[in-house]
Amino acid sequence: MKPSPFEYVRPASLEEALTELARDPDESKVLAGGQSLIPMMNFRLARPERLIDINDIPDFAGVTVGDTSVNIKARTRHLALQNSSLSGPLGDLLRRSAVQVGHLPIRTRGTFGGSIAHCDAASEWCLVASLLDAEMTVESLRGERTIPASEFFQAIFTTAIESDEILTSISLPALDGNYRTGIAEFARRAGDFAIVAATAAVQVVDGTVRDARVSLGGVSEIPFRSAAAESTMLGQPWSAELVRAAAEAAALEVDPSSDSHGDAAYRRDLVRALLPRALGEAVSP
Amino acid sequence: MNMSEPQTWTGQALPRLEDPAILRGWGNYVADVASRDSCLHVRFVRSNQPSGRILSITAPPHVKLFTAADLTGVSPIRAVLERPDFVAVDTPILATDLVRFVGEPIAVVVASTEAEAEDALDLVVVDIEPLPAVLSADQAIASGAPLVHDVEFPGDPNTVVDGRIHTPGFDEAFARADKIVTIQVGSARQSAMPLEARAAHAAYDRSSGRSTLHATLQMPHMTRTGIADCLGIAEDDLRVIAPDVGGGFGAKMTLAREDVAVVFISRAMRRNIAWIETREENFMASWHSREQVYDVEGAFTASGELIALRGDLMCDVGAYCCYPVTYGVEPLMAMAELPGPYRVGEYSVRSRGVITNKCPIAPYRGVSRPVQVLAMERLMDVAAAELGIDRVVIRLKNLITEFPHRSPSGLVLDQASHTETLLAATELADLSDFATRQAAARADGRYLGLGISCFAERTGYGTPALAMRSQPITLGLETAPTITPGFERVILAMDPSGGVTLRIGASPHGQGLKTTLAQLVCDQLGLEPQAVRVIASDTDATPYGWGSFASRAMVIAGGASLLASRDLAERLRVLAADRLGGLASDIDLIQGSAIRRDTGGQVALSTLARDTYHNAQLIPDKGEPALEFTGVYDPTGTFANACHIAEVEVDSETGAVDITRFLVAEDAGLLVNPAIVDGQIHGGVAQGVANALYEELIYDDRGILITTSLMDYLPPTVAEMPHIEIAHLQTISPQSITGAKGVGEGGTIGAPAAIANAISDALSPLGIGVFHLPATPHRIRTAIRAAQNRTAQEEAIA
Repeated sequence: MKPSPFEYVRPASLEEALTELARDPDESKVLAGGQSLIPMMNFRLARPERLIDINDIPDFAGVTVGDTSVNIKARTRHLALQNSSLSGPLGDLLRRSAVQVGHLPIRTRGTFGGSIAHCDAASEWCLVASLLDAEMTVESLRGERTIPASEFFQAIFTTAIESDEILTSISLPALDGNYRTGIAEFARRAGDFAIVAATAAVQVVDGTVRDARVSLGGVSEIPFRSAAAESTMLGQPWSAELVRAAAEAAALEVDPSSDSHGDAAYRRDLVRALLPRALGEAVSP
Repeated sequence: MNMSEPQTWTGQALPRLEDPAILRGWGNYVADVASRDSCLHVRFVRSNQPSGRILSITAPPHVKLFTAADLTGVSPIRAVLERPDFVAVDTPILATDLVRFVGEPIAVVVASTEAEAEDALDLVVVDIEPLPAVLSADQAIASGAPLVHDVEFPGDPNTVVDGRIHTPGFDEAFARADKIVTIQVGSARQSAMPLEARAAHAAYDRSSGRSTLHATLQMPHMTRTGIADCLGIAEDDLRVIAPDVGGGFGAKMTLAREDVAVVFISRAMRRNIAWIETREENFMASWHSREQVYDVEGAFTASGELIALRGDLMCDVGAYCCYPVTYGVEPLMAMAELPGPYRVGEYSVRSRGVITNKCPIAPYRGVSRPVQVLAMERLMDVAAAELGIDRVVIRLKNLITEFPHRSPSGLVLDQASHTETLLAATELADLSDFATRQAAARADGRYLGLGISCFAERTGYGTPALAMRSQPITLGLETAPTITPGFERVILAMDPSGGVTLRIGASPHGQGLKTTLAQLVCDQLGLEPQAVRVIASDTDATPYGWGSFASRAMVIAGGASLLASRDLAERLRVLAADRLGGLASDIDLIQGSAIRRDTGGQVALSTLARDTYHNAQLIPDKGEPALEFTGVYDPTGTFANACHIAEVEVDSETGAVDITRFLVAEDAGLLVNPAIVDGQIHGGVAQGVANALYEELIYDDRGILITTSLMDYLPPTVAEMPHIEIAHLQTISPQSITGAKGVGEGGTIGAPAAIANAISDALSPLGIGVFHLPATPHRIRTAIRAAQNRTAQEEAIA
């Protein structure tokens, strides 16, 4: 046993879980898939005194399609999204993103909500949430509230979730058929966290870009919406040159830090390489 | 199968006898031994400073703590070579006064469970006053550098090995060369990273006073000698067992300070003690390797003949001296074997081992040879380009073709097939087809490359070869307790039921030796391999031997097994001839029976065996009432050889390298079990790919290792591995009585150079050559960006 001592509870309902959490919110952590929390506990980088395992809570996973939005419950496993039959550009993006999350055993266990609540800037789901201006619903004994992505992701491993709150669902906009979506990431090995990842959603109507969204991972503490890349494309006729110009704009806009996997210049180069690949995927028929 | 035909097991791809149990999860590893015992658990308090003085170690009273002061009567580990340039240092079991690398063990906490031990570790406070540290070989040898150990250095500071060879004709040959080609190559620090990290379980038997250590080892007998020497106990007071071992790759042949401490504490407390190493500890403290830089100059004639080779070889060996092979292992191997398969006329080399405030090095699969081959193969490609000669032609011109060949460092290379493996590999690779594809890809803005790597792998070397590392000056005196590994001894016995046991001093840990030795023995005895039980890795049950390392077991333990089984077979023929009439030479041993060739008369081996023990009055020649033979083999060594060819595509935008094809033409002599040989090549190539592209232990500028998890240190997975095509040649050398040559390290030795040459070939339009490994995407992309910027500037100027 490598983690420091902790107490473990496994509530049978959301209300029970929120009650458990409210008892000692600052020393408790919610356990869903454990994809990141358990390794952090084993390294003793996280030392929660109580784990509240939400895996027995009923009706806590699944995708619901509405008229203008798609709602994903927090405990939906990565694999369920990889296998999702959701049609259209959003379904494409979710499937293409899910398959890049870790390895198959991880995808059977790790969850969509857990990944977003963990707030790793290279995580596929944080990028997708940022890209599409997702709305995160959190609940506590105090009630329920909804937080837009622009306010949700605050700093590295830090979100707007209060310590007595549990993320319960995430709402994504349904994208019409004019949208093309894509993700491209670069990792040293299959299944590793990306060094840099690029996601894009572009609405092209009659050859002109009507909406452009670009979110980049691995270049800042939280997912980076590239205003420069987006404004470069918006209103312009779609072309390969436009894609390269957008990538160049994004590369110049980001201010990445350096680590053993690459310095800032390398990460800028990866933005240059990956955004066209994400967009190339996005505009290919 | 025809009953009258002797069955031949050698050469058959028999499934490994070891695998069914391991694949079902029935393997027995040290942690399994510990989990079945209500033993105490320990964790090690380790230094967080690369260099410093321990001011105090404190813990709450309820924490059971051992420090160096508690290790009464314990001697440090000392491994020495008898050479004038060798400087010895001691390794205390726990840091006494000074710490010399981050991760060095300082104290031990003991608790009832692993979890409680982990918690107790948090409560120990060590106050260390930082001292100046040396973090690179260049820093370490600079005049006035801080000394890692306060001992006398005859040459530069911190230089513990400084070997030199200068052949008499070197200067003349170098002066008359048409072209001097100068390169520098290097490899980052690596970890052998066995899946099973280190582990030890020491049991104390109060009735006998004996200790039994289960540990994950390659050299159980040597480990027992080492621990007994440190603790000042008789070797018989300690039994050492290596149960199933989850990978060794060299990292488990070196005596661990932690294993010594665990046995000491178990004896001091008269309790059973377990230690299961974490991955983080394994990275910090369980041996590094191959942080080397070679400056190499090749003196060529205009036609591409390499007439002289100069090398200045530098190995950063870390803070302490590994036992038993010493920190001379990397520099001395590099010095002796740099020329490899090439007919280097004259040779001048200086090879240094330099201590630094980093984790000590120890052997890792291939030791220095991956870097040696990188140096020679990059040299050949660069020389070919500079001289305008085809890269295959320049190799053919210089490969050794006549055997035995005496190298300028004094090695004798036995029968091998350097030319034939190169030609076999290039034919498989279809170089002209590749050239067409490469040209088409370049026109398309894509970068394809092909790289060749030829090497000789010294394998199966016994005492005579290892003794050459020393230059004895006090032979016969007891001042230098040198250790010279080499021989292997086996005891082969047939029991009264006709069952066969083979007790070996070698210590297999994944090589399938229990299968291959059984195959060899059964060819002599006319039995099925399942009838032979190989007993290994238990000092109470096996003869003293050196273990499994240096691609030696099949050659040396195999040779000893062959000798013993020939003796047993001959004894069975003598016994059978007594029953059946005729001469022993008229008897064949087939399928469990002794059969007289001319009459067809037969007797079961089990009858001969039972009567030998139970009716000794029937023994014809007053021989012993036993069927037991020893075999000893101690060869000078044999050289396997191979040619690797890698094809890659480099993504110029990301710097990523995709290995699209990998070929191996290997000559390991006679293949006892081709499936096991292929498995060795696959695993070896994977570790070569790791060296070339992925794995790197990184210290920051404070001397702290930052790659301490598998998120930072990146062994390739199966997804990163290319399919490997293998062609076998089988040159039979008189230097190995089984005909087999070692093949345990070849994959790791040849692959890095092939990949480096392939990337360099791919990027040759940009003028980029890869000389330092690993060639990470970041480094490759940075080189490409620089080249593109250069081109852009040149275009701007033009």
